[in-house]
Amino acid sequence: MAKTATKQKIVAMTGNAGCALAMKQINPDVVAAYPITPQTTIVEEFANYVANGVVDTEYINVESEHSAMSACIGASAAGARVMTSTSSQGLALMWEELSIASSLRLPIVMQTVNRALSGPINIHCDHSDSMGARDMGWIHLFAETAQEAYDNTIMAIKIAEHKDVRLPVMSMHDGFITSHAIDRFEVLDDADVKKFVGDYMPKHSLLYNPNEPVTFGPFAMPAFYYEQRKQLRVAIDGSKDIVMKVTDDFAKLSGRQYGLFEEYRLDDADVAIVVLGSTAGTTRYVIDAMRAQGVKVGMLKLRVFRPFPAEEIAQALSKLKAVGVMDRSDTVGTLGGPVYVETKAALYNSKQRPAMQGYVYGLGGRDTGPDQIETVIGDLVKVVKGEESPREAVTLLGVKE
Amino acid sequence: MATIKELSRKPELLTGGHRLCAGCGASIAVRQVLLGANDQVIAGSATGCLEVSTTPYPFSAWKIPFIHNAFENSAATMSGVEAAYQSLVRRGKIEKKMKFVAFGGDGGTYDIGLQSLSGAMERGHDMVYVCYDNGAYMNTGIQRSGSTPFGAATTTSPAGKVRPGKPQQRKDLTQIMAAHDIPYVAQASISHWKDLVKKAEKAFSVDGPAFINVMAPCPRGWRTPNEMTIEISKIAVQTGFWPLYEVEDGEWKLNFKPKELKPITDFLKPQGRFRHLFKPGNEHLLETAQAEIDKNWSRLKKRCGVE
Repeated sequence: MAKTATKQKIVAMTGNAGCALAMKQINPDVVAAYPITPQTTIVEEFANYVANGVVDTEYINVESEHSAMSACIGASAAGARVMTSTSSQGLALMWEELSIASSLRLPIVMQTVNRALSGPINIHCDHSDSMGARDMGWIHLFAETAQEAYDNTIMAIKIAEHKDVRLPVMSMHDGFITSHAIDRFEVLDDADVKKFVGDYMPKHSLLYNPNEPVTFGPFAMPAFYYEQRKQLRVAIDGSKDIVMKVTDDFAKLSGRQYGLFEEYRLDDADVAIVVLGSTAGTTRYVIDAMRAQGVKVGMLKLRVFRPFPAEEIAQALSKLKAVGVMDRSDTVGTLGGPVYVETKAALYNSKQRPAMQGYVYGLGGRDTGPDQIETVIGDLVKVVKGEESPREAVTLLGVKE
Repeated sequence: MATIKELSRKPELLTGGHRLCAGCGASIAVRQVLLGANDQVIAGSATGCLEVSTTPYPFSAWKIPFIHNAFENSAATMSGVEAAYQSLVRRGKIEKKMKFVAFGGDGGTYDIGLQSLSGAMERGHDMVYVCYDNGAYMNTGIQRSGSTPFGAATTTSPAGKVRPGKPQQRKDLTQIMAAHDIPYVAQASISHWKDLVKKAEKAFSVDGPAFINVMAPCPRGWRTPNEMTIEISKIAVQTGFWPLYEVEDGEWKLNFKPKELKPITDFLKPQGRFRHLFKPGNEHLLETAQAEIDKNWSRLKKRCGVE
């Protein structure tokens, strides 16, 4: 693809450093954040940019994640461009504030470095933190690599602040796997990022026009609450097109084209894996190996989890014979992980639809090697051949019995 | 400070028509505090009576920009607003001088919002935090808070056969805030409007965080007649239940020094929430209440260098 960026630099840095670099290039008005593993190196790196005058952001070292999101809400309502970052327990502590941010239609961008929720306490990757926050009215973007984490951070600003969206965005990458491993990726020039994200001027704010005062966060009783929640649904449903518009604009700048999801060798596939995050890389590797053995397998790697692109997913998967959905979080007490349940529901009204099986993997940072992906593909092939019926119960991959 | 005539000509920033009860101390506290502001003010409030009664969507009683976020975070929220202001001024996007004030009741300040308040004060934001203290969670129906006085009957510390109301003494939040060593901390009462407006003026004028704890009675929770609000807040001051003082750059100053304190029973007797304390056999509870006042008053005088 032809790109318009004047120059891009190849760097070797961690996913977290890449996100901090994107934040530096965005130079937000306000950052309010609290340290938590494995996100901490983002706020540390950004604190360095502040301390050395590389950015002139107002950086608030809050005393908790609850106050981080509270201060972000205050700053965003004030009219500022606002960013923050968190993981796991920090996101859980922000819980109350997440739906207030989206309901107030505040375009806050948050790097969420996925880490397992306690308990037991654990610092490693799974998606239970952000998946637990999936219904809070935020847009959710998932990255497979440091490159994608960097790129999504920049795109998140444009998506969040778009006049037809005005919603907060969570941009995810995998704790330690992506956050702390040094990766090789391309970064844009500071001036190109600055131009791409542009200037931010909200329609309503506390500070810009105090002579026409606005009240944020009023008390809405049954006569008004429901309609405001409807507006949130309309906004997040409609954000899908804006996500793609910004994604396409970004492709023109960087040469890197993303979608709502990536289809890998899906065209002629009989079976496929649906996955998101860093495990997509391992999956791609296994698919290539199994394709060489004649197995017609592909992958659908989800990038945009909210808004959930149900229609597009149904279209991409309906012609397949069997699909395995891999979730790095478990929704205990129901059919399986959230990606599985929602993907299955997306296909329910399709005239043609594949057999589906749900898999949970990698909880609390349990290593997920090619063998587990091979197991899933092997299972799906058996279903296609009629050797096994599709499993109703979720399969826990890599768990010790 | 402006004269009462001049103050009467200042525009009302919290307009009438809000749904607070007749005799509510909260709106009086807010209006007196806002009279102390001489620049553009941006206000916020914790969840509570003040917030629900002044912003019933689609109406708002606030004639200045206002934000309500949640219960425990009005200080953190306002710290974000103030930080945004500093940033946007630095970047040349805003020129107008603005001041920031966050309000919270005692539940949202002494209890659930204490961490958020402490953090905001420690970080040194240029903002004023005002607690309108009515001594219980009044919005949700008079539940006990860390500010509820000893012996008071609330719906979660009722006066029963074996428990005579709240068994603990109140938390001294004003002194906790003074321990933050911020530029200005004060305790004030809506009964002493001149003192309160002056304190608000000082709080708005300092460079950095300021805290004011305002006595703001609740007729519903205190079981007092609506028309007694100002009188009972005055008695709170006269009995030493609510001393008026300020801590300015570390200097403690007592603002009201009666020759002799009135007995605490003058404050307790008119209030239905203390009725049970006056039943025969409960004399020791009244003695405990008085002893606590005497102890605190003597300590405060010492701190303020008054004998």
